[in-house]
Amino acid sequence: MAELDTSSGGGKKGKVRSKKANTKVDLTAMVDLAFLLITFFMLTTSLSKPIAMDIAKPDKEDNDVKNELRASQTMTILLGKNNKVAWYMGEAGKSAPNIEGFTEIRKSILKNKEEVLKGTGRQIVIVVKPTEGATYKNFVDIMDELNIAKIKTAPAIDDVNILDSEKDAMKKAGIL
Amino acid sequence: MARAKVQRKSTSIDMTAMCDVSFLLLTFFILTATARQPDPLEVKIPSSTYKIKVPDLDMGILSIGQGKVFYEIVGKDVKMATLDKIGEQYKIQFTPEERERFGVLGSFGVPVGSLKKFIMMNGDEREKFAKANMGIPADSTNNELKEWLLQSRKAVAELHQTAMRVSIKGDAEEEYPVVKKIIDILQDQKINKFSLITSAEGDAK
Repeated sequence: MAELDTSSGGGKKGKVRSKKANTKVDLTAMVDLAFLLITFFMLTTSLSKPIAMDIAKPDKEDNDVKNELRASQTMTILLGKNNKVAWYMGEAGKSAPNIEGFTEIRKSILKNKEEVLKGTGRQIVIVVKPTEGATYKNFVDIMDELNIAKIKTAPAIDDVNILDSEKDAMKKAGIL
Repeated sequence: MARAKVQRKSTSIDMTAMCDVSFLLLTFFILTATARQPDPLEVKIPSSTYKIKVPDLDMGILSIGQGKVFYEIVGKDVKMATLDKIGEQYKIQFTPEERERFGVLGSFGVPVGSLKKFIMMNGDEREKFAKANMGIPADSTNNELKEWLLQSRKAVAELHQTAMRVSIKGDAEEEYPVVKKIIDILQDQKINKFSLITSAEGDAK
């Protein structure tokens, strides 16, 4: 039968001392790499989460639901071009709309909110009317402003019934 | 006097534990990260201070930019079910492979007629094709977007027994009438509530 010859062929006396190799590996580079990747994944996961802004629009066909608004508690905001807005209180045409940029509108909303609350004891109702000149950003911005101003009542978004008097006023101001 | 002998200590530290922890974290982050599909339609979304996170189930995302509309259905099962329904509607037969490929597709913006071709393209071709294309037709004469919305809503309702949420991802510079046109299509289907997707912004001063 075949047999493996396991004996070390040499005629050396004594044990063969096996060399103890160092088993430690330098892990520094590996740790560096791992942390780099961790940082990358941490930053990309948390930043890519978008935010949702919920919008409710009035039903088109359901004309039975009509909410009568008092002129004294209503503020209408018209969105025009060149990032300008026009706003007025109460009924259209009675007072000239104020033309403002997006930086000033927050103050106006807050001021009107206070005044309405003081004068009538009711919450302000805001009607947002985006016109053709407005961009999508303007619309998002104005909804955001309302959110910042903590307007409790749902804003009415009306992009159909833009009155002639409103159009005229906006044309005069050059924002339509 | 005999000098005090300063013992030399080894400066190398045992890195094994540190390495273990860091790789554990790394695995965690890799697994939780969702691979982002490249958007064929470049959209710069406006920012807002809202805090509600976009849910990632049962959603339809409409991207609006450069006058085009792209649609993305979230969820592979819903996508495939929607494709079946669209195929039925437009009398197009989709093979199992095409269904499978559509199931992993991100947002798309092609007319139904060239959908088959679009599905079988690879990434590069798809991107070029999407750039050259006009998005999903949404005119009153050929309103395919309406069909997509309707069928995906049906698919979500059948598969998950919930209502689909519709989100709009609009380009900041897009003109309002374009967005209005899309919203009108939504409202025709009695979708009066929808979300606008924005990026997070710091708190207002």
